[in-house]
Amino acid sequence: MAERILTDFIRALRSADVRVSTSETIDSAKAVAVIGYNDRERLANTLRCVLAKTPEEKITFNRLFELYFSRKKQSHDCETNYNQDNDDTDPFNIMDLLDNPSDANYALAMEHAGEEVGIENIRFSTQVPYYARQMMRALGVEELETKMMEAFSQKSQESEQEAQRLIEGRQKIQRKASEHVKRAFETFGAGATERFRNDILSEKRLSQMDSHDLARMRRLVDRIAKKLVAKHSRRLKRNRRGILDVRKTLRSNAGFGGTPFDLRWKTKKKDKPRIVTICDVSGSVARVVRFFLMLVYSLKEAAPDVETFAFSGRLEDVGSTLKSQDFTPAMDRIINSIGVSSTDYGQSLSDLKTDYWNKIDRRSTVIVLGDGRSNYGDPRSDLIAEAKSRSKRLIWLCPEPESLWGTGDSAIPQYLPHLNKIVQVSTVNDLERVIDEVLASYV
Amino acid sequence: MTNRSENHGYDGINSIEAVTSGLSKVGYISTPEISTAIYIAHHLRKPVLIEGPAGVGKTDLAVSIAKFLELPLVRLQCYEGLDEAKALYEWKYGKQILYTQLLKEKLNEVISGSGTLESGLGKLANLDDLFFSEQFLEPRPLLTAMRQQHGSVLLIDEVDKSDEAFEAYLLEILSDYQVTVPEIGTITAQIPPLVVLTSNNIRDLGDALKRRCLHLHIDFPEASREQAIVRARVPNISETLLSQLVRFVQSLRDKNVRKKPSIAETVDWARTLLLMHSTELDPKVVRETLNVLLKHESDIESVEKDIHSMVMQSVNQNAEGRLSSGYPDIE
Repeated sequence: MAERILTDFIRALRSADVRVSTSETIDSAKAVAVIGYNDRERLANTLRCVLAKTPEEKITFNRLFELYFSRKKQSHDCETNYNQDNDDTDPFNIMDLLDNPSDANYALAMEHAGEEVGIENIRFSTQVPYYARQMMRALGVEELETKMMEAFSQKSQESEQEAQRLIEGRQKIQRKASEHVKRAFETFGAGATERFRNDILSEKRLSQMDSHDLARMRRLVDRIAKKLVAKHSRRLKRNRRGILDVRKTLRSNAGFGGTPFDLRWKTKKKDKPRIVTICDVSGSVARVVRFFLMLVYSLKEAAPDVETFAFSGRLEDVGSTLKSQDFTPAMDRIINSIGVSSTDYGQSLSDLKTDYWNKIDRRSTVIVLGDGRSNYGDPRSDLIAEAKSRSKRLIWLCPEPESLWGTGDSAIPQYLPHLNKIVQVSTVNDLERVIDEVLASYV
Repeated sequence: MTNRSENHGYDGINSIEAVTSGLSKVGYISTPEISTAIYIAHHLRKPVLIEGPAGVGKTDLAVSIAKFLELPLVRLQCYEGLDEAKALYEWKYGKQILYTQLLKEKLNEVISGSGTLESGLGKLANLDDLFFSEQFLEPRPLLTAMRQQHGSVLLIDEVDKSDEAFEAYLLEILSDYQVTVPEIGTITAQIPPLVVLTSNNIRDLGDALKRRCLHLHIDFPEASREQAIVRARVPNISETLLSQLVRFVQSLRDKNVRKKPSIAETVDWARTLLLMHSTELDPKVVRETLNVLLKHESDIESVEKDIHSMVMQSVNQNAEGRLSSGYPDIE
């Protein structure tokens, strides 16, 4: 029983995205053997340090621990009470439950019914009614219904009252059962639902994101950023084969009278990614820009060196605004101040050349995010060509599908010959792929 | 596997309360969470990984444990480029060469008996082991900790600053408490050390390392605990000033500053105020001494205009009296 309590709790943690390995499960059992289940705070402190290993995991842990162990405790208390007080009644019999309707008995009965129907397998909120029904059956509601029918069929004053009592009792049990199932869903299923929603969101068109998606997107972007950082932040030094580092060798062998026992080779460090983003913040593109920059600025560890320029009519350096302020208000301000004039790619690119051309060097990857719709003005594709030759790579991200390139005022075909790569980005997953590729190109 | 608690200095950890009171005797104000982690770490023979912002007493915890258990503290400071020669062991090349030179005559004697080159080499090969024996082994922190007779506290400080390769290298030591020296063999700790790792989250540590450790997150202390800490370090401070200054520091941490004041800085500030004979906070003194708490010019500028109201708030709340701390007073 004790192991079951622990393993179920770990299942609940895992379903909420807390990574618990098998060895940690064993550790937690060992730790509980030392600490015991009696002191709740102590148990929480113990399991927290064994199972939850990041600040986010600790928050999830605290929430689930409250949910899970308050439930377990209630039914556990009743079990002890019950064993002491009334040895003659059976709490799992629904009729006895009606006769002794204490909270304790309810909690105990619910816990047992829950175990019987395997309530820890619940995943989605739509399953709540189903499990509630299963619970009712496990509680023996059929017996109660039979009795109810009997009482109705007798048609006496007394039986009428009895039937009324049974109906009320049934309603109460039903309420308790669905409460129990809802709590179980919070414990075991909320994580799975969350993941499911994230999956949906990561394939949703960025241009159709609503304001209520924003908070969830923030979390999703953070998660993606974390993944990318873990993948790309290793900066391995690589030996340049066969080139002796004379200075280091002399230094490290000074202790042996200069006899070179211990040879040191020259090493080469991986280049730090340097990203220059040029974003069209007008109209519909602005939404995509928001998520793109959100992702880029969450990558501090993997890409510390980011320059950002925003434009619609004219171009401005917004890197310092984004770095020094909270992201969302900063982004709002940028879109509201820069994104209002009519789009002019040619003017914006020449602004870039006049004021910030030195920010682009052979180590930088230039990422332009825009639809290339320049109101029939001169697109100045020569400047894009020049930027490409100055930079390591030049990548264009376009929110529009390929079929629309070149229609109306779209200048994408003029730019196309001067790009290293053009990618259509419409979902978060697209953004992730692009950034992943950019970071991987720095070796 | 020796049970640590039977025959040496780990006796201090026989209950969670003992850890708390033991730590408070050496001036470290613990919380139930911290004490539980140490207690579990000892009983499960697991290292503890402590994370949290700079200056919340992560390193100090390890130092205090060593002090209270009266065990030697072995400290390994991690940095980029740290390798096993600096962390584990190194051969004393210099001494080896010196001995070879000194024993040259002796070596000639040894070889002189042998008729052929082969037998001479054979004799030398026997001697070779002599030069790669413990006598010529320079133990570095990890090996030192393994070889302590009565156990020790091993502090691996700022492990996030080391390279990932070194992190992987630590795994053997952390899970089996043994190290392998190719020329000598495997050295297993008779009495496993109590290992404390600290990290400032410069980079995310690997899952493999986290899996092997208990994880303790220490955040900035709540007001009552911070008062207890300052009281322990600056015993002759008045209660009025103490609660006012702690409340001010706490409100400062809520501000958007680049580097939040650490506990050590609160203590320094308390000492400063005491030196200036302040009995109460007032905006003028705070403004003059703010550089003790905030170390960035831009931080000082950004809070400058709020100082008056923050001080007033800290002082006015004081009417409610001293916070009951729940933490032990320390004489």
